[in-house]
Amino acid sequence: MSDIAIELRGIDKSFGLVHANKDINLTVRKGTIHGIIGENGAGKSTLMSILYGFYQADSGDILVGGNKVTIKDPNAAISSGIGMVHQHFMLVENFTVLENVMLGAEDSQILNTSISKARVELKRLEKEYALEVNPDALIEELPVGLQQRVEILKALYRKADILILDEPTGVLTPPEADHLFRILGQLKDQGKTIIFITHKLREIMAITDEVSVMRRGEMVATRKTKDTSVEELAELMVGRRVLLRVDKGEANPGAVKLAVENLTVRDSRGVTMVDNVSFNLRAGEIVGIAGVAGNGQSELLEAISGIRRAVSGTVLLNGKPIDVTGHADPGDLRNRGLAHVPEDRHHVGLVLKFDEAENGILGYHNDKRYLNGVFLDTKAIQVDAEEKIKKYDIRPPNPRLKTANFSGGNQQKIVLAREMERGPDVLIIGQPTRGVDVGAIEFIHKRIIEMRDQGKAVLLVSVELDEIRALSDRIIVMFAGRVVGERDPDATEGELGLLMAGVEGRKEAAE
Amino acid sequence: MSNPYAKLPAWAEYGLIPLVNLIVAFLVAGLVVLLVGENPLKAAYHMINGAFGRGEYIGFTLYYATTFIFTGLSVAVAFHAGLFNIGGEGQAYIGGIGVALACLWLDKTMPWFVVFPLAIVGSAAFGALWAFLPGWLQAKRGSHVVITTIMFNFIASSLMVYLLTRVLKPLGSMAPQTRTFEAGGQLPKLDWLLSIFGLDVGNAPFNVSFLLALLAAFGVWVLIWRTKLGYEMRTMGFTPSAARYAGMKEARITVIVMMISGGLAGLMALNPIMGEQFRMQLDFVQGAGFVGIAVALMGRSHPAGIIPAAILFGMLYQGGAEIAFEMPSISRDMIVIIQGLVILFAGALENMFRPAIGRGFATFGRRFPVAAQRGA
Repeated sequence: MSDIAIELRGIDKSFGLVHANKDINLTVRKGTIHGIIGENGAGKSTLMSILYGFYQADSGDILVGGNKVTIKDPNAAISSGIGMVHQHFMLVENFTVLENVMLGAEDSQILNTSISKARVELKRLEKEYALEVNPDALIEELPVGLQQRVEILKALYRKADILILDEPTGVLTPPEADHLFRILGQLKDQGKTIIFITHKLREIMAITDEVSVMRRGEMVATRKTKDTSVEELAELMVGRRVLLRVDKGEANPGAVKLAVENLTVRDSRGVTMVDNVSFNLRAGEIVGIAGVAGNGQSELLEAISGIRRAVSGTVLLNGKPIDVTGHADPGDLRNRGLAHVPEDRHHVGLVLKFDEAENGILGYHNDKRYLNGVFLDTKAIQVDAEEKIKKYDIRPPNPRLKTANFSGGNQQKIVLAREMERGPDVLIIGQPTRGVDVGAIEFIHKRIIEMRDQGKAVLLVSVELDEIRALSDRIIVMFAGRVVGERDPDATEGELGLLMAGVEGRKEAAE
Repeated sequence: MSNPYAKLPAWAEYGLIPLVNLIVAFLVAGLVVLLVGENPLKAAYHMINGAFGRGEYIGFTLYYATTFIFTGLSVAVAFHAGLFNIGGEGQAYIGGIGVALACLWLDKTMPWFVVFPLAIVGSAAFGALWAFLPGWLQAKRGSHVVITTIMFNFIASSLMVYLLTRVLKPLGSMAPQTRTFEAGGQLPKLDWLLSIFGLDVGNAPFNVSFLLALLAAFGVWVLIWRTKLGYEMRTMGFTPSAARYAGMKEARITVIVMMISGGLAGLMALNPIMGEQFRMQLDFVQGAGFVGIAVALMGRSHPAGIIPAAILFGMLYQGGAEIAFEMPSISRDMIVIIQGLVILFAGALENMFRPAIGRGFATFGRRFPVAAQRGA
């Protein structure tokens, strides 16, 4: 037996004119954790989809354990011993853990015999890999970290020797991520091979043995993790040197620009998402809201910006109330100096089918300078777009190009340019760098700090704790809709992580 | 990478793909003709000849096309705002009231060019009114326009039976229709337009409302792509959540768009009432409201696509009638089958040949790496 788990030779894949994978060669050694990093659109997901049988390569060979295999669908991948843990879990929420694990792998038409066999096997797996989870718990009642564990068990149950994990830490709190890393270490010790896809350099350094870097559809380098550095990997990913740390001076907080008092928001099902939240935002400071996704940050931003109606509470913008429980109008709030970069630029911040220039006026389309009576002043809109393209280095510099054809980073720059160029008093930003390439992150962070230094009040929501810590002057932590603590940016990651997990928060909130 | 449909050059997107779809639709239609034991080539000859063979035939084709341009634009306008107005049939029917009232009032005293503008306003206003209620119900009550506009078609139908048998019918007449209009209620034919090309319009009712249809198509283009309202409509149609974020008033836009859509459907009534029959008859819309859906679909909701699509459907109507006349074993229903196939391939199966064509372009593009790079 060779010590090679998977070898890819000359994998090539195009979608029409888009050449997603160009002549990819990759060797993953048995019993190692192999990281694959690259920016969005570098071709990581395409490559893994080929390996897992979602797509067929146009040319090239896949060798598993030294033997050439054809993987025409996920079933073929599973029978070759390849398992996948998706970024978005493929679990049936109202099924139990056991039911989810055996789903699609039942070995009898009669369910009872399958269930009892599966239960025995699941117990054995849990023991062997120290992956405890109650087999009769419903998925929807489990925290995200345990749901992920079920996904791993699902793959092991199908006798996977090679596990592919696609951005596994995106939904986890720092303690949960640490736990995942320990599990992966155990799996490795048991002889499993793990392919770990991420864009977070720190994780690569923490757990992988080897790392391969992809850029624009090509495999540009493979390194032993102990022989490389974060700086080198970042440079390989982007193709040029990048500054990873943000330089910023002291904040000069001024008058309160945004005052949120006892704000409560419920979602469409009536579940309380924001629970009695109060905080102040001053001119010249960046306040970061940390928290695991889904703890009320999105609803908080929506309520403040007038998109979602709040149940109770008050919000003062420049000392004057916003009618958050009634008819707050996003257009009116813009005129009053509140700009909003929404978390979801694909469905909220942009109309992807519009061209760049059209998106440049979204929300400001009532502004007289873009209009001739009821007609759009296409010339003025075009000129405005060209100015922003220049100032924000939006590429390609073509205001007539459909927004869907810009990369994530450039799409985000289109939104930022639109919202920042008005010189708003208050800027609220959700997930400024989600799905944004490393090169653009640097630029976006600089602009946000510039806004602060110009005396604007910035409210920042991000699930990337590193980003919150790098940019914020104060950090507010949200858990289950409540503010569970406020910390300085030099608070340790562990301290913030515990707050985000709701461990320490209960004590503090009770005080 | 995330888009399995590669981007194609514009001429392939808007020219080649519709053409391929159309050809396949006609090939399948040919098989159906073969199945009933007739010669498809002969049928194709009668279809083309019947639609374009003589000035008179062209006149008929364009007369039908006029009707379909109006109803196609009506569907397209609503579609841009994400609203599916399938009530064009009823809105056109009710629009007829506006035309009839203007004609009955003034046809004896005024020339057509005075009556026509009034009839335009009347038909648009009545059509808009009929679309206002479903629009308002959607905006304020959340009742889906697909349901309400369909129901309003039936209400319109019943209402018109009542009006044409009780109110608008002249005393002593047996037919459910208004009296025949005098000269002021009759639109002039566009014989001069065809005679430029050396064609004789003959008996075809090809009239000035064709020019109005072209004007309306231009107006719709301006509305959608050059006005603030059009911008708001498109935002709402593509990404409703972005419209909310931008502070657009959805309820207001919904009502206005439905009224514009209904108004355009109402304009359709001018063509048969003032252009052909010179009176309002029972059921004068004859399904044109539904054909408008197919026309808008095929024309990709763009006026520049709707006009050729409307002419194509005009050709199917006129040429189809000719086939039914020349080849008795091919009934009127066969023509409906052919229309159905065109809708199926051009609308529902629009993307069937796209991957193959995309692959063709990719192979072609690979030989020219520069072009491929630009695409990527």
